Amino acid sequence: MAMEPLFEVTKGMREDITTYCPGCTHGIAHRLIMEALEERGALGKAIGVSPVGCSIVAHQYMNVDMVESAHGRAPAVASGIKRVHPDHYVFTYQGDGDLASIGTGEIVHAAHRGEKICTFFINNAIFGMTGGQMAPTSLLGQKTTTTVEGRKKEVNGSPLRMAELIATVEGAVYVERVSLHSPAAVRKAKKAINKALDVQEKGQGFAFVEFLSTCPTNWGLSPAKALDFVSEKMIPYYPLGKIKDTTWENIEVEEEGR
Amino acid sequence: MSEKRLMKGNEAFAIAAIRNGCRFYFGYPITPQNEIPEYMSRELNKAGGQFLQAESELAAVNMAFGAACAGGKVLLSSSSPGIALMQEGMSYMCSVQVPIVILNVMRGGPGVGTIQPGQADYNQVTRGGGNGDYHIIVYAPSSIQEAVDMIGKAYEVAEEYRNPVIIAVDGMIGQMMEPVVLPEDKGGMSEDEIDAAKPWALTGHKDRRDRNVIKSLHLKQDELEDLINEYWPKYERAERELADYEAINVEGADVVFVAYGSSARVTVEAMELLKEQGINAGLIRPKTLWPFPEKAFDLISDDVKKVISVELSQGQMIYDVRLAMKGRHEVDLINRVGGMLLSPAEIAERTIKMMGGAE
Repeated sequence: MAMEPLFEVTKGMREDITTYCPGCTHGIAHRLIMEALEERGALGKAIGVSPVGCSIVAHQYMNVDMVESAHGRAPAVASGIKRVHPDHYVFTYQGDGDLASIGTGEIVHAAHRGEKICTFFINNAIFGMTGGQMAPTSLLGQKTTTTVEGRKKEVNGSPLRMAELIATVEGAVYVERVSLHSPAAVRKAKKAINKALDVQEKGQGFAFVEFLSTCPTNWGLSPAKALDFVSEKMIPYYPLGKIKDTTWENIEVEEEGR
Repeated sequence: MSEKRLMKGNEAFAIAAIRNGCRFYFGYPITPQNEIPEYMSRELNKAGGQFLQAESELAAVNMAFGAACAGGKVLLSSSSPGIALMQEGMSYMCSVQVPIVILNVMRGGPGVGTIQPGQADYNQVTRGGGNGDYHIIVYAPSSIQEAVDMIGKAYEVAEEYRNPVIIAVDGMIGQMMEPVVLPEDKGGMSEDEIDAAKPWALTGHKDRRDRNVIKSLHLKQDELEDLINEYWPKYERAERELADYEAINVEGADVVFVAYGSSARVTVEAMELLKEQGINAGLIRPKTLWPFPEKAFDLISDDVKKVISVELSQGQMIYDVRLAMKGRHEVDLINRVGGMLLSPAEIAERTIKMMGGAE
C-alpha cells in the first residue's frame, strides 16, 4: 500500500526559490494564499494582479494566471478582469508603497464599488524594492532613507491605517488585519484569507486582508529582530483582528436576533 | 441588418463598438464625449456586456487594461485631458501587447483648455505621452460614417496587431448629427472562444495549461531589448500596410492642402471657393495619423506652388508633412486654435494672401 503523504508543498507554489530577502515574510503570505486557493480547488480559476514593488514578481512563484499592474492600479486592473470573468477568483496582492501611497484612489474606489475581489495588503512600513524610503505606513520615529532622523509627525504626518480606512467604506464587507510574525499569527492569517475567498465566492462584496510583514533588509534588522519589531512596534499601532464583517449571513443573523 | 439612421456622432460610435463585438466599456465623464458612456450605460448590459464608470481616467485605463488582459473586447473613451492621464496605461498595453480600441473625442488645450473642438492632440496621439518604445495606431475620421467604419477596422487591427488603436475624432464630429449606416452585430465572445482566439489571455489555467503571465517588468536588460526587437517588426508592417489617405485633385495642383478630420471637410469647401478664383487646389487627407501616409506626398507635382497644413492646432501635423515632403517644398500653416474653427472663406482668403493676392 502506497504511503499517504502527511504534508506536501502546495501546487499553488512553483518550484522556483524566491528572490525575496532572508527573513522577508512575502514568501509566507504567497504560500498561504496559494494553499487556500488549492484547498478549495480554485487554482485553475484564479487570476492575480501583482503590484509594483518587491512582489511585482509574485507571478514567478504563484501558480495561477497573473498580470503585473502599473504602480497602485492593481484594484482597477482586477475590477476590469472581474468584469470579464465574474465566476473566477480575482485578487490583488499589494505592498504598502503601492496600496497606501500611489494607489489610495484605486483601493478606496474598488471598496466603494463593492468589487467582488480580494485584496491582500502587505504592510511592512517601508518602500522595499526602491531601497527603504518612507511609506505612508512607516512608524513615527522610524528611520528610513528619506527620514534619516526618523519619521516626524509635523513633517510627514502619522502612519496611515489602511484597514481602518477601508472599513469605513460601505462596499467593503470584510476587513481584517493579521500578522506573519509567529506561527500562531500565521495560522490566523490563513483563516482570514479563507474568509476573504469565501466572501468573494459568495459574491458578497469587497474583502481586504492586511498582513503586518517584515523588511529586515531595509529596517536594518536581523530576521529574528524583524519579527520582534512587528510584535513590539507595529502591532501596538496596527491592532490585529477583524475590523469589519458585514457579510450577508451576519446581517441575517442580526435580523433573526431582533 | 444594416440600417440607415440619423444619429449624433458619439452615440453612433458607441453603437458601432457594440456591433463590432465590444462587450466591456470603461470611462470617466468628460465633455465633449459624455454621450458615449451614457449610451453604453443604457445599452451595453442589454447586449450581455459590462459598463463601468471609473473614478478617474487613471482607473479607467487600468480597468480597460485588466479587461483586455482577460481577453475581453474593450472600448475606452475620453477627451484630450483625460487621454493625457491614460498615456501611462497605453504604454503598459503596448509593452504587454494587448488589443484595445480607444476613442479620443478631441477638444482644445493645453490644460483644461476648452470643451470646444480641437486637433491639438496630434502630438499626444501620434507620439504618445507614455514612456518607452511603442506606437499607437491612430485613425482620423472626417465623418460619422467614416468613424463608424473605422471603429470596425480598429477592432480588427487591434486584435491582429495586439496593440492599442486610437480613433482621434474632433469634438465637432462627436457632437454633430449625420445619416449613418450601422454594421451588423458580430456578438460577444464566450470564455471558450477567448481561450481559442487569445491563448495568452488570463482566463484561469483550469489545470489544463501552464499559467499565463502578462508582465511588463524585465529586470534583465538583454531580455527587454530582445522583446522590443521581437515585437518591433509589427510597427514596420503597420507602416507598410495600414497607412491610409484620401487624395483629391493632388496631381498637378498649384496648392496642396493637408488636413484631417473636420478640418478636411472645411478645406474641401475652401477648394471650391479657390477654384472660382482660378486657383487649382488639391487635398491630401490622412485617414491614419500614425502611420502617417507618406506615400501620398509622391503625388504632389514638383512645380507645386504651396503645400499647406490645415490644422486646429498650432502646427503639430506640419512636422510630419515636412518629413513626408522630404525637403522638396516648404510647408505653410493655416490654423485656428483654442477651440476656434476655420471657415472655408478664411482658408481661401489666407491661401490667396499667401500666394501674393488673387491671380
